[in-house]
Amino acid sequence: MNWVDTILQGVLLGGLYALFAAGLSLVFGIMRLVNLAHGDLIVFAAFLILVLVSTLGVNPFLAAAIAAPLMFAIGWLVQFILLNRTLGKDILPPLLVTFGLSIVIQNGLMEGFSADSRRVSAGALETASIPLAGLNIGLMPLLTFASAILVILVLNRLIYSTSIGRAFRATSDDPVTAGLMGIRPERIFAMATGIAMVVVTIAALYLGTRANFDPSAGPSRLIYAFEAVIIGGLGSLWGTLAGGIILGVAQTFGAAINPEWQILAGHIAFLLVLVCKPRGLFPRAID
Amino acid sequence: MTSGFETMMAEDGSQTPWRTEIGTRLSTGFAGVALLVLAGLAFAPFVVSRGVLQDLFFILTMLALAQSWNLLAGYAGLISVGQQLFVGCGAYALFGLVTLLGMDPILAVLLAGVVAALLAVPTAFFVFRLHGPYFAIGSWVIAEVGRLVLAQWKMLGGGTGTSLPREAARDMAGIALLKDWFGMKAALAADALTFWLALIMVAVTIGFVYRLLKSKQGLGLAAVRDNETAARALGVDARRMKVTVYLATAFLTGIVGALIYLQKGRISPDAAFSLTDWTAYVLFIVVIGGIGTIEGPIVGVILFFFLQNALASYGSWYLLLLGALAIATMLFAPRGLWGLVSERTGIELFPVRRVLKGRPLAQTAKGGPNG
Amino acid sequence: MANLLQIAGLKAFYRDFQALFGVDLYLDAGETVAVIGANGAGKSTLMRSVAGVLSNQPEMVVYKGEPIGALSAPDVMARGIALVPEGRKLFASMTVEENLLIGTYGRKVDGPWTLRGVYELFPILQERRHNPSTALSGGQQQMVAIGRALMSNPQVLLCDELSLGLAPVVIKDIYAAFPRIRATGAAIIIVEQDIGQALAVSDRVYCMMEGRITLTGRPGELDRAQIHAAYFGADQHELG
Repeated sequence: MNWVDTILQGVLLGGLYALFAAGLSLVFGIMRLVNLAHGDLIVFAAFLILVLVSTLGVNPFLAAAIAAPLMFAIGWLVQFILLNRTLGKDILPPLLVTFGLSIVIQNGLMEGFSADSRRVSAGALETASIPLAGLNIGLMPLLTFASAILVILVLNRLIYSTSIGRAFRATSDDPVTAGLMGIRPERIFAMATGIAMVVVTIAALYLGTRANFDPSAGPSRLIYAFEAVIIGGLGSLWGTLAGGIILGVAQTFGAAINPEWQILAGHIAFLLVLVCKPRGLFPRAID
Repeated sequence: MTSGFETMMAEDGSQTPWRTEIGTRLSTGFAGVALLVLAGLAFAPFVVSRGVLQDLFFILTMLALAQSWNLLAGYAGLISVGQQLFVGCGAYALFGLVTLLGMDPILAVLLAGVVAALLAVPTAFFVFRLHGPYFAIGSWVIAEVGRLVLAQWKMLGGGTGTSLPREAARDMAGIALLKDWFGMKAALAADALTFWLALIMVAVTIGFVYRLLKSKQGLGLAAVRDNETAARALGVDARRMKVTVYLATAFLTGIVGALIYLQKGRISPDAAFSLTDWTAYVLFIVVIGGIGTIEGPIVGVILFFFLQNALASYGSWYLLLLGALAIATMLFAPRGLWGLVSERTGIELFPVRRVLKGRPLAQTAKGGPNG
Repeated sequence: MANLLQIAGLKAFYRDFQALFGVDLYLDAGETVAVIGANGAGKSTLMRSVAGVLSNQPEMVVYKGEPIGALSAPDVMARGIALVPEGRKLFASMTVEENLLIGTYGRKVDGPWTLRGVYELFPILQERRHNPSTALSGGQQQMVAIGRALMSNPQVLLCDELSLGLAPVVIKDIYAAFPRIRATGAAIIIVEQDIGQALAVSDRVYCMMEGRITLTGRPGELDRAQIHAAYFGADQHELG
């Protein structure tokens, strides 16, 4: 096994998992909601990109740029009309409603697109690679990782340096007092989910071009996102990136030993962190 | 349990013994009806066709799973989407014991429950480090680990699965009896045996849940669910209670899982650890029927069965409809179908609330914050 | 001339429990009005009803001629009524300065109260501007809470229990800032358990007990026995 190559592949894979997780992390940080349909929304966005590519004939990146505002609107509406009603002290409604949503999306996609595996073609980019330090690094994985870093930088900037970011944090701290400042929590929540869906679209772009996907691929993405968040620690987006990287590296090591062990290796890494550091490696939020 | 009550005074100044009652006339009446139904069902293998028997088996096993999940999520507040771990492990325990050790399947079913409960111990260790939605997903991850690990067990078929040896099913304890006494064919006799076991499991599960809720521990459980901090302040060991419920439901679920796959005769990791079959359906049954009540899952499983029959040929639309129904139920009728009935009519077939009976309390007109 | 803020027949409920039984109160521009009363009298409920945290019938609260009783908190604060909530309720994840800045989120109006204006009023806050709000003393947190409400340049400032949990010398410091706030033209309602402080800064006083107004008048016109009776109730024992 080529150690360096394996680790590098793992790190780059971690970028993809961080993209899966960033939206989940954002929404949980602001409204303590874990959307069990998150993975299915990534798959939904991937199908959306696929449809745009095939009907408009544009390249995937442009298709993603077109899909992003659409996904923002969908996220905004789903949160405002549906999920806002589930928020409250009881944890049951959001869990069950988002679980139901997950099933609805999966089966809706199944009806619309059949269970066939799909892939978004990125043309020559798919096999392009950059020679670096004696290794050939795939361009797409590198772009994925760079996008993850960019997304996290932008999100952090948004949350910590803008007025709307302050509104997010205020709403997360105390929705009632936030109202006294003129903040409408229902709209803030909807905006948060909308932004999360934009991140989901970016994640979907890289998922769709990297590997095959089908309507039932959602739950696995949710699990990777979730594991990245838990390993990294709640409340910190950079922590989520670290979590994604650790998960990615664990998986690539597992795969190098035996391809059937890839996913299991990731789960084991997750369980180990859970045992040794239940709050994650870089926790920030006070839950 | 009644400390302090003895000293409360009734209106006429005399000291009256107070007592708490749980049963109502309706529930006692219902208990009688339920026993009759159980007895009637016991005769089913002799009267109905094999197809109907298998349908009834399906209803009973789903009901048992639903009651377990309801205890875990509705009463203990532990919302797990990973109970398929115990279905799968119970089923694989059965296959392992029968195929590799040659054990009698009926005995193996019981032991499968024990295996599941033993597995629940380390599982609880991991999963109780998480809370709320993270507990839910964590339980799912662990179920996935179970699925992936068992897919590596080549002796039991690995990823593609395996079947029970035909002799094992045909030679179960009791089959010979049924063949001799009633002239049943071996296949029907096997179905009859699993059916009776399923019937027993439903009775045991419902009985266990009901006894637990009526007991002191059940009161503690309800307190923990409503307000854990306050319950702990009163001396309720919340952690112990939750772990106990978790282990108990693992045991029950393991047995039912083993039973289901004994009847099917064939197992594979993807099927035995299926999220859809053993969590999604169960969850919908409980939520649409009425979470947090014993009556709810009963209503839910009947509705589920009819829906499944009606929409069997529609594949994904069926699941889509179920998902949409679950969402609608949670938003507009959070206590489910049974909750709607119960709220309108006040009927409780399995009452668990304690009512104070005795003489009327001395009442004065004053109330409010300053007296 | 119509009052700036007119509360008429205000009733408020928490589920089945009635907290206010038809409260009448008015506030004119530039006035400072104090509402005193024991715990549980309904003073905070009154403030929260005006601020829109609790929803009531529209005509129960009339502001500049507009019935606002049913409006939500964001709508009320946009119209220029700011609440300094009981218990300060600062945003724990934000610094002092961020807490002040969030005060302008729903209403951006030119006026004397800018960051600079607030720092001039409470200089200690400028020193601590980048500290997390939780790292401040109780009195300093109260200053942040007041500053946060002022940032929206409100025409009506509602102050709910400013002195709660603070030492007397700190309370004096805070109330020492009031003349500067009054000078900018804001009308103020203060809710207080500290009767002395309330009488010292206000033009008029209302006393509440068990959800009703039991006494009203100017501080100079009311004697101790009257206030005592209105505060504690006529059939209560002397509390010295």
